[in-house]
Amino acid sequence: MALFKKKNDGAALNSVLVRRPIQKCFPIFLLPTFIAFCIGFLYPFAKGLFLSFCNFKTTSKWTWAGLGNYVKAFADESFLHAFWYTAGFALVSLLIINILAFTVAYLLTKGIKGSNIFRTVFFMPNLIGGIVLGYIWSMIFDGILSRYNTSILLNSTYGFWGLIILMAWQQIGYMMIIYIAGLQAVPGDMLEAAKIDGASEWKTLWNIIIPNVMPSITICTFLTLTNSFKLYDQNLALTNGRPYNGAIHTTEMLALNIVNSNTLKTKGVGQAKAVMFFVLVAIIGILQMKSTHDKEVQQ
Amino acid sequence: MAKKPATIQGEKRVKTILTVVFAVVAVVYLLPIFLVLMNSFKANAYVNTETFAMPNEESFVGFDNYVKGMTFGNYPFAKSVGYSLFITIVSSALILVCTSMAAWYIARVGSTFSKIVYYLCVFSMVVPFQMVMFTLPKTADTLHLNTPWTIPIIYLGFGAGLAVFMFSGFVKSIPLSIEEAAAIDGCGPIKTFFNVVLPMMKPTMISVGVLEIMWVWNDYLLPYLVLDRKKYMTIPIHIQYLKGSYGSVDMGATMALILLSIAPVIVFYLTCQKYIIKGVAAGAVKG
Repeated sequence: MALFKKKNDGAALNSVLVRRPIQKCFPIFLLPTFIAFCIGFLYPFAKGLFLSFCNFKTTSKWTWAGLGNYVKAFADESFLHAFWYTAGFALVSLLIINILAFTVAYLLTKGIKGSNIFRTVFFMPNLIGGIVLGYIWSMIFDGILSRYNTSILLNSTYGFWGLIILMAWQQIGYMMIIYIAGLQAVPGDMLEAAKIDGASEWKTLWNIIIPNVMPSITICTFLTLTNSFKLYDQNLALTNGRPYNGAIHTTEMLALNIVNSNTLKTKGVGQAKAVMFFVLVAIIGILQMKSTHDKEVQQ
Repeated sequence: MAKKPATIQGEKRVKTILTVVFAVVAVVYLLPIFLVLMNSFKANAYVNTETFAMPNEESFVGFDNYVKGMTFGNYPFAKSVGYSLFITIVSSALILVCTSMAAWYIARVGSTFSKIVYYLCVFSMVVPFQMVMFTLPKTADTLHLNTPWTIPIIYLGFGAGLAVFMFSGFVKSIPLSIEEAAAIDGCGPIKTFFNVVLPMMKPTMISVGVLEIMWVWNDYLLPYLVLDRKKYMTIPIHIQYLKGSYGSVDMGATMALILLSIAPVIVFYLTCQKYIIKGVAAGAVKG
């Protein structure tokens, strides 16, 4: 084993005794997943990247277009609108969801009766799929709005806040779970010391609790951000972009805009939009991984 | 209660008030589900006008909506349920078995190739589905992966990233000496994996399993684009099809179907909520 002394930590974890026999079983262990990975991810991804520089009607009939699709995507008003709409939505939902989730988590860790039941209730909407969720809430909103002779499909302000309410209902429970884990990890002796020193509850919260749950806050911030940017099902089911204002679908978010570009004429542009969308989501994802890397909170 | 140190009695009172407040909030929180239940027993005309009223003599239609919903939209709902169940169970099982084996290989072999695969997996976690949505359906068609019986392979491919990442993270934390002991005792890699490594992986298995089940069961866009829509529908596709199709929609029947589709999820949640909350929260690593 001394032969394999490397500086690399990963190599130190391996011993020849275990490694050699596994390596011989490559076709059983790694190959099935690798082939499926190529079919379901690698090939479509590479092809998609390539096709974003082409005009195409079917994926096998293409002509080179260079950066033309990207130029067209930037000239597409509905795409720009969807971007700013999504960014605005992300910001508002980020603030609302995190503030509410933190408050709920904070109060639920105070040892009140029934905490577990409340936790169960608040987490539940998380398990309902986006399409179903959208239709449940469209029934509720239209039930209210029909009294005023309007509908969530007729007014983009209602559409925006409707989607915020829906997402808050779905995600507060999830973020609450992460905050509860963070709050339970705040060192008890610090809290006790603060109490003995006569610090007010407010001061304890700001100076001890919040600095200690910073990792949870980072995770939840990124999660709400990516969830908003990748939002599709709920957007489709609740308003599907309506009301329309010419070419602009006023409540259409990025993901829906890209899917709606899946028409014969604009497929190349749609793929270019998808590449830019991927870059945006990937940057957020990489920032998240980096910022949570040193402080592993999971499991 | 800013300055005075709260007395024990005062603190107790605050806690009781909090419990009452939370109880009210919890009831409000569950209201949307109750509304679905209530409206699933109303005639179509009343769903939009009297959404918040209990069904009365006029609007109550018993189980008519459920009966109607079964064949609603010229597609039997039971079929969608069957396909959803099959795809979810087979895909999740396939992902669990294949990726745990792959992750063990990656973590223990550490060759250049396995490292490349690992980093590709991590990379795939930040790629949104829209990036492959134009090309994946064509690939699936060519390879005949566009049926409910074969779509699990697509799910394995697109879902491998997170699962491999989580499993190999766990394998790296298992001391190597256990596997070495097994090897010295003459255990082959397959036996070692299934008898020694797999049992240790159980907590991660549950987390990954919950994540994959929730993902596949609720997924809409992937099966919608990949499956042959005229022949196969899953529950989310079915519900979207009912509402998205033009013309008048029978809201009562739609609510009945929505209730039928969330009821199993809620039962599943209430029976194993501890695992579900833990599993879903573990997915927080995904970008």
